[in-house]
Amino acid sequence: MAEFALEMRNLTKRFGNNLAVDGVNLAILHGEVFGFLGPNGAGKTTTVRMLACLIAPSSGEARVNGHKVGVDDMQIRREVGILTETPGLYERLSARLNLEIYAKLYGVKDVAGQVERYLRLLELWDRRNDNAGTFSKGMRQKLAIARALLHEPPVLFLDEPTAALDPSAAKTVRDFIETLRGEGRTIFLCTHNLDEAERLCDRIAVFRQRLIAVDTPDALRRQLFGRQVAVRLRTANPAFEQAVRGLDFVQSLSAQDSEMQIQLTDPEAQTPLIVRRLVEAGADVQYVAEVKHSLEDVYLSLVNGGSAQRGGVQ
Amino acid sequence: MKQIHTIIGKEWTDMVHNKLVLYLLILLPLLMTALPVALLYFMGKAPVNQQDMEEMGRLLANPIFGGMSPAETMQSAMASTMLILFLMMPLAVPVTIAAYSIVGEKVEHSLEPLLATPITTTQLLLGKSIAASAPAIVITWFCYVVFLIFARLFSVSDRVFNTFVNPMWLIAMLLLVPLLTIMAVSVGIIISSRSTDPRAAEQLGALVVFPLMAFFLGTMAGFILLNTTTFLLTSAIVALLDVGLVYAGVALFQRETILTRWK
Repeated sequence: MAEFALEMRNLTKRFGNNLAVDGVNLAILHGEVFGFLGPNGAGKTTTVRMLACLIAPSSGEARVNGHKVGVDDMQIRREVGILTETPGLYERLSARLNLEIYAKLYGVKDVAGQVERYLRLLELWDRRNDNAGTFSKGMRQKLAIARALLHEPPVLFLDEPTAALDPSAAKTVRDFIETLRGEGRTIFLCTHNLDEAERLCDRIAVFRQRLIAVDTPDALRRQLFGRQVAVRLRTANPAFEQAVRGLDFVQSLSAQDSEMQIQLTDPEAQTPLIVRRLVEAGADVQYVAEVKHSLEDVYLSLVNGGSAQRGGVQ
Repeated sequence: MKQIHTIIGKEWTDMVHNKLVLYLLILLPLLMTALPVALLYFMGKAPVNQQDMEEMGRLLANPIFGGMSPAETMQSAMASTMLILFLMMPLAVPVTIAAYSIVGEKVEHSLEPLLATPITTTQLLLGKSIAASAPAIVITWFCYVVFLIFARLFSVSDRVFNTFVNPMWLIAMLLLVPLLTIMAVSVGIIISSRSTDPRAAEQLGALVVFPLMAFFLGTMAGFILLNTTTFLLTSAIVALLDVGLVYAGVALFQRETILTRWK
């Protein structure tokens, strides 16, 4: 087995003079759920299309399950499943027929059994004989996910799986993706739904033509914002602020009314010392909590100019 | 082979579920069969005089009408000319299906997941070509048999009927019809994979009928003689064209252009 499920080295795609993907270096482990975040037009779909051997890279190289893109394309297609941006179902055909066609194209041995398994798993069995054109958006998306999984691919590309779905349908799809996590598949999830990425992904990449940052959501938070605790006191007093500033491990402090936000290197060890110092100074501490920046803060900060990591195989 | 078989099955199932295509598949050949049958019937009833024969001198100079009476010649000649419609059938019927086959999948967004499967361009195009060609060939042959049944009933003599089952028409049906179908389908698929609009693709595809229309008018005017040599020669030319068109179809099918040109 190859060391990485997906590997990109300086992967680049140009359409004429338009640079769509610029020198991506990335390695994704087997069984990892990897979030690929970026604004519309960032080149996420182009990257997925290159990895799924639908379009050829202009330069650089990529490997999927150890197979080189542009050389072992047929083998790669056998080993990946893809959920495209739009479900692209045969609307005049039944759900069952839609899946049967793809099961045959992927060379699935037990076509009927595998089709039934996924129709049941995605709660579409009762509607198996209905035309896909009569399905709601959520059902179509579920059918398209089933289609991508029929041949049990070890690598799965999901391009905006919950885009344009109502909250209930989006939840169903998200829950199903969560169940796939436990099956050991590598999932490459393109999304701009940050809650979804936070909930599902082991690591995320923020991408806009090139990689801006790659890491776990928590690590990115720490890299961008450090670790902060918020302390609320019964009354505001400049003396309390001064008492905390006097501690040498406090990296920065901002105060507003009776609340202070303190940046620390090791909140677990340092917070009790802060509380003790405040109490000694005569402050009544109402609560202490670690400040959690949302993934949205991280994303916006990176997309609008920041950079947590660049270059090298991440 | 399995991939090709799957594509054919998918195309046919989709065709059966698409009422418009189904009507087109049935209605057009029916009309094209009704025309020569009607002509055969009315020509058998119409009185023919010497002036008629002189006016159509060039058309009737064809040796296949040798030894026939004026009534037999007229019925046989007119119905034979109309039989050219059976050569238009395999052009008109599958070309719209083929022209829609790729661009239709493009606009319905079903082409990308299909191209992501382990199927080669040759397998995909072959599957789609066979799926569009086979019904057209079978329907043309079926309509020809229907015509022969009516010809048996309406022909003024056995000699007239025999002109419709002579080697010339057997070559046309068994050789030229499949070759013309392959030509029409190949043109349709090339147009379809280079086009971004299904309606434009279908309109352009329909143009493939024009060379045969010229052939038809040429026979009507008596410039082209309908005989075995003419059909053998035409078959050879169309076969050569087919080889070139099939290669061109595979070469012009650019997966990347097709996917990234989507709007």
